Amino acid sequence: MELPEQPPELLEQFAHGDLEAFEALFRQFQGEVYRWIIRIVRDPGVSEDLTIETFWRIHRAHARFDPKRSFGAWARRIATNVALDYLKTTHSKVGRETVLPPDLPATTLSDPGVRQDVRERTQRAFLALPAKLQAAATLALIEERPYDEIAEALGISTGAVKLRVFRALRLLRKKLKQLGVEP
Amino acid sequence: MNELNDEKLRKLLKQSFEPASSELERDLWPRMLRRLDERNPRVPWFDWVLLALLAVWFFLSPAGIPLLLYHL
Repeated sequence: MELPEQPPELLEQFAHGDLEAFEALFRQFQGEVYRWIIRIVRDPGVSEDLTIETFWRIHRAHARFDPKRSFGAWARRIATNVALDYLKTTHSKVGRETVLPPDLPATTLSDPGVRQDVRERTQRAFLALPAKLQAAATLALIEERPYDEIAEALGISTGAVKLRVFRALRLLRKKLKQLGVEP
Repeated sequence: MNELNDEKLRKLLKQSFEPASSELERDLWPRMLRRLDERNPRVPWFDWVLLALLAVWFFLSPAGIPLLLYHL
């Protein structure tokens, strides 16, 4: 995600609560924030709502913003938190829905006839992962974002991102096994 | 062996989820403005006048406080 630099005066004005400066930043960054959020939550409608929520939090926190820092990176960090909050609230629901049927026949990936079925089971298992693991794995493995970019957005180290991805894969394998898929 | 399994799992994940490539199709600023207005409800000027009169009344006659509370 390219993050354009902002004129220092605009950032100063925003930090002082100027609504016009906020509007200028909103118009410039709404697309970037939306694209980042949709990578995590994967739903266009929800991503629009969460973009608004992100900018609402940005607006509320204007006094805490340091104009010497990058506005884009700050916005992406807040957007990540908003997306994670959303995943956490939906996760318990998804988790409840992902009741593992005991009589699912075991399938292997070499069978092309069950490919769609395997994909659906993989989606179910992946969406039932804890929010933090799911977000890290989505950004790293599906969206193929660089680890340092993910680390900055999540506010953790690159090593911690790798650990989350590793744990996500381990847990996903376990859940897939329960669903009768053994990659 | 485990690395090989990891690779298969990554591949399966890539096959199960398409990368999100959707762009924002409309300007969200009007919605943002509505949200800002919702969260910052404007107090009508008449309410401020009423509040000021009440404050003056309480200042001049503190005995009015229990009377008001009784009627609430």
